[in-house]
Amino acid sequence: MSEKRIGSARVKRGMAEMQKGGVIMDVVNAEQARIAEAAGAVAVMALERVPSDIRKAGGVARMANPEIIEEVMNAVSIPVMAKARIGHIAEARILEAMGVDYIDESEVLTPADEEYHLLKSDYVVPFVCGCRDLGEALRRIGEGASMLRTKGEPGTGNIVEAVRHMRKVNSQIAVLSTKSNDELMTFARDIGAPYELVKEIKELGKLPVVNFAAGGVATPADAALMMSLGADGVFVGSGIFKSESPEKFARAIVRATTNYEDYALIAELSKDLGEPMKGIEISHLGESERMQERGW
Amino acid sequence: MSKTIGVLDLQGAVREHLLALKALGVNAVSVRNAEDFDALDGLIIPGGESTAIGRLIREQGLEDRLRAFHKEGKAIFGTCAGLILCSTDESHETDDLRLGFIDMEVERNGFGRQIASFETSLTFAGIDQEVEAVFIRAPYIQSVGPDVNVLATYDDKIVAAEYENVLVTAHHPELTKDYAVLNYFLDKIR
Repeated sequence: MSEKRIGSARVKRGMAEMQKGGVIMDVVNAEQARIAEAAGAVAVMALERVPSDIRKAGGVARMANPEIIEEVMNAVSIPVMAKARIGHIAEARILEAMGVDYIDESEVLTPADEEYHLLKSDYVVPFVCGCRDLGEALRRIGEGASMLRTKGEPGTGNIVEAVRHMRKVNSQIAVLSTKSNDELMTFARDIGAPYELVKEIKELGKLPVVNFAAGGVATPADAALMMSLGADGVFVGSGIFKSESPEKFARAIVRATTNYEDYALIAELSKDLGEPMKGIEISHLGESERMQERGW
Repeated sequence: MSKTIGVLDLQGAVREHLLALKALGVNAVSVRNAEDFDALDGLIIPGGESTAIGRLIREQGLEDRLRAFHKEGKAIFGTCAGLILCSTDESHETDDLRLGFIDMEVERNGFGRQIASFETSLTFAGIDQEVEAVFIRAPYIQSVGPDVNVLATYDDKIVAAEYENVLVTAHHPELTKDYAVLNYFLDKIR
């Protein structure tokens, strides 16, 4: 029998490839996890609180209680993700030891380290990280992230920041692809990205890992918008279980993500959903309330 | 004449299959609606989440068309989630879609969670050299019915099989540049 390799880049990135075109839903208990799975979620994110409640609660937001994560892992057969604080090596190792399928090194939680992110290539478990631009995306890949997502502005139900981040990454990739080879080092310096990855992106014409939309997706139309801007899939945090009828809402978002250009269908799906979560205008957030500036 | 192969485009690793088919000079198309099946010589059901893909097959109204396509004797290749969907899997009580194209019982996530996902190379019946194989939260086949052809095993577990016009693998050939298994599938059509 041939050699068996676990935790390789292909195995970790491949896991994210299998999530493409899907919706990953935030859940806080087994019941919500089962609703998400039945609605067609490709994975769930096990949390103690959804981002909008983290905003309300204030204080320090940490990795969820392992009991909640275990409860969710036992409730569903789809992959279970969980969040660790930026730079919190111990939280990440604990989640890995529990057998969580993916770790989100997330700005939704209070950072544990304001200078250094995790060295994610050291782990067998794959990581997803947020990014606002190509430089941040490539720094995270350089550290070993196997999947990316926009940061957006979590828990706001306002899509504007996720749109900004998705467009920014894609337009920087477009600019990079027009650069000649002797311009790449300067480009790498200007965006603060590893040179080798800049070269790779120029050759590929796209990111080497999957990039999902996250942070502010509140309606089926929001999900469709992000897919049409080139997202590989969608994270929905507070949007589903803060809406009036989570089951219907979850199903509608899944179908809108698959059929993101079928606007007549999305119109049908958007009927009878009740109230979506109440949103927050970004300019009403104070500097210290913005989560997207956490990490660099 | 060049063959046309569809990739079921509801969720999962659709792009990788399309790129692999194109690399082999095959006319590859994405399939999302019932009428898309008409032009196809064969279909690939990709890896992804079997619960999500199964649900979307039903909601998009594709189940009957898929069954008819199978009855016409057209070639079908299911990888990972596609394997689960093609199974009968009568030993598990589930509301999830099982198309029953191959008489076999499956163990979902049979090798464990993501931290146990792995890559290796496999001996594959009908292919001369070992094939590169990436297993991601992969299922394995617990048992097969009569006349089902077992093509590969790993750690004494069945990971590839075929029956008449249907081929299934627990691993993901589309994540590698090793096109041997895909060529094996295309030979079923030629």
